[in-house]
Amino acid sequence: MLENAFVGTRRYYTLLAVLATLSAVGFLVYLKQLSFGLGITGMSRDVSWGFYIAQFTYLVGVAASAVMVVLPYYLHDYKAFGRVTILGEFLAVAAVTMCLLFIIVDLGRPDRLFNVLKYPTPNSVLFWDMIVLNGYLFLNIVCGWMVLESERHQVPPPKWLKPLILLSIPWAPSIHTVTAFLYAGLPGRGYWLTAIMAPRFLSSAFAAGPALLILLALLVRRYTKFDPGREQIQTLAKIVTYAILVNVFFFFCELFTVFYSRIPEHMDHFYYLFYGLQGKGWLVPWMWFSIVGMCLAALLMVSPKIRQNETTLALTCGLIILTTYIDKGLGLISGGFVPNPLHQVNEYVPTVPEVIITLGVWATGFLILTILYKVAVSVKEEIQA
Amino acid sequence: MGINRRDFLKLAGLLGLGGKAAFELVLPGEVEAAVARTEATGTRWAVVVDMRKLTDKVAARCIEACHSLHNVPNYLEPPDPKLALSEDLKNRWQIKWIWTDVYEHAFVGFEQDHKWDKLQGMNFLLLCNHCDNPPCVRVCPTQATYRRPDGIVMMDMHRCIGCRFCMAGCPYAARSFNWRDPRPYIAKINPNYPTREIGVVEKCLLCEERLAQGQQPACVEASGGALIFGNLNEENSPVRAALRAHYTIRRKPYLGTNPQVYYIV
Ligand code: SF4
Ligand code: SF4
Ligand code: SF4
Repeated sequence: MLENAFVGTRRYYTLLAVLATLSAVGFLVYLKQLSFGLGITGMSRDVSWGFYIAQFTYLVGVAASAVMVVLPYYLHDYKAFGRVTILGEFLAVAAVTMCLLFIIVDLGRPDRLFNVLKYPTPNSVLFWDMIVLNGYLFLNIVCGWMVLESERHQVPPPKWLKPLILLSIPWAPSIHTVTAFLYAGLPGRGYWLTAIMAPRFLSSAFAAGPALLILLALLVRRYTKFDPGREQIQTLAKIVTYAILVNVFFFFCELFTVFYSRIPEHMDHFYYLFYGLQGKGWLVPWMWFSIVGMCLAALLMVSPKIRQNETTLALTCGLIILTTYIDKGLGLISGGFVPNPLHQVNEYVPTVPEVIITLGVWATGFLILTILYKVAVSVKEEIQA
Repeated sequence: MGINRRDFLKLAGLLGLGGKAAFELVLPGEVEAAVARTEATGTRWAVVVDMRKLTDKVAARCIEACHSLHNVPNYLEPPDPKLALSEDLKNRWQIKWIWTDVYEHAFVGFEQDHKWDKLQGMNFLLLCNHCDNPPCVRVCPTQATYRRPDGIVMMDMHRCIGCRFCMAGCPYAARSFNWRDPRPYIAKINPNYPTREIGVVEKCLLCEERLAQGQQPACVEASGGALIFGNLNEENSPVRAALRAHYTIRRKPYLGTNPQVYYIV
């Protein structure tokens, strides 16, 4: 099946070349980071996690959202999604790969990475995160590949696969829950110390992930002979609608608790993000754009007219991806570390090398995604023909 | 320096500080009771900072003693002027094992409006609290940070993978990371103590290397009596004597970390 990855149009090769170049540039800058240290990033003693960990968190959500196409198909026998499960699973593979890469580029001592396995420490959430992420990667590669293979030979998938597919369903929310627990159990970090962290992570993931899937499905339809299907896209759109509404609701629940209780250690992080604190607050316009945009997108999605028109649907999905990305990718980590435990405001701004490395990892992920989608789409085209 | 005990009690009473919610007042003898309750065997190291004796000069001496002994780089005033850093980088890369900060920062969650004029702006000496229930140990994925039976929260800098989870976990900002090679910024390398490499976390280790030789921690020795060190499980230790005789406070005790650095104010 893999041979399909090597035969393609000019456009396919150009895309691969662009992505490979970007990831190579990222890798070169990463070599610089290896020799100099993480000092080439904008992170600091006070904001000790930054852009990398933020991307990681966002992408865990994207990966988890594959369950939104797998679950209806296998548990509710929703046949229409049979066409698109593979798109969800391969998106998860690419997203988890990016997650793992982001963890590695964030480590001060990547050469000692395997200490995590050598000295297994069950009381550390990071230990569990590593287990669930690698497990999820494995499950999605195996399930995606085997189902596609049997589809190609027009035979039912092997019997032993079913339990793995069923296992992958609860496994998906587990990866994002464990990731939320990285933050939500730390004393003295008021912004993260909230039980609604994991639910909020899941709701924003189940909005952003399927929104991305809709965009990808539209792209696949435009540039290949395989049509993921209008009904499939519309069902995904409904999932996005519910998820984004729940996400906005959770956000206001959080706001109520924080601002009605008026406990400074929880409130000040919100002040920093939405008003600025001690005269500093470069994230303020971003955060307002994010929350206003998210509410607007939720309202737009509720309207059937907008949802059913694929152009407005695509635009709204784009807005959802952007606003949830700002919320998690910019606000979440900075907001948790500013103000610091001594109530000082030291802001964090990513540096150019940091952004280039980040782009490099994204490019690597999309390279994997392009190849996997190419394989999947070729098989689908074969069957159609 | 400091406020006298009567004022302090008056204020404490005024503010209804009987409970331990926002702030903990360790009453004389209270630690006694706690220790008596838990089997008083072995060693439990603790530090008491006597704020009445801690002038800025004394504090500077303590910091100097610790940082020069332990090869802590100085990014603020590099040994070679050519290595001078921008304000931004100084701030970001700073490594501190022991440092001072004002009351409002050291004791976040216990701001007391204008009534606490005497405490506002007072410089406290801060270091790792060697918490009895340390979140940094709980989160470390490799046990590079671990708790010794004598209470020292230790680090194995050869095992640390530099994930910085412990920095997110510590509610006292007691940990620093090596964002770059620290060696050029060490004025005079002490050959008897290791220097650190790029990409690992470090902090005060309570001078475990000196304790092993029966010496006091360097900062305690340099403090001229402002810092008191000893074994909490030993009835006649200087720390027990100090806690018996004075009211002490600790940083953020409401988080349940059970910090083992006490302050006499
Ligand atoms: S003060 Fe911070 S670093 Fe020290 S033991 Fe407590 S939590 Fe750990
Ligand atoms: S940075 Fe080092 S000491 Fe800290 S949690 Fe990670 S491995 Fe443990
Ligand atoms: S106990 Fe030792 S290591 Fe810790 S601050 Fe004092 S001198 Fe430094």
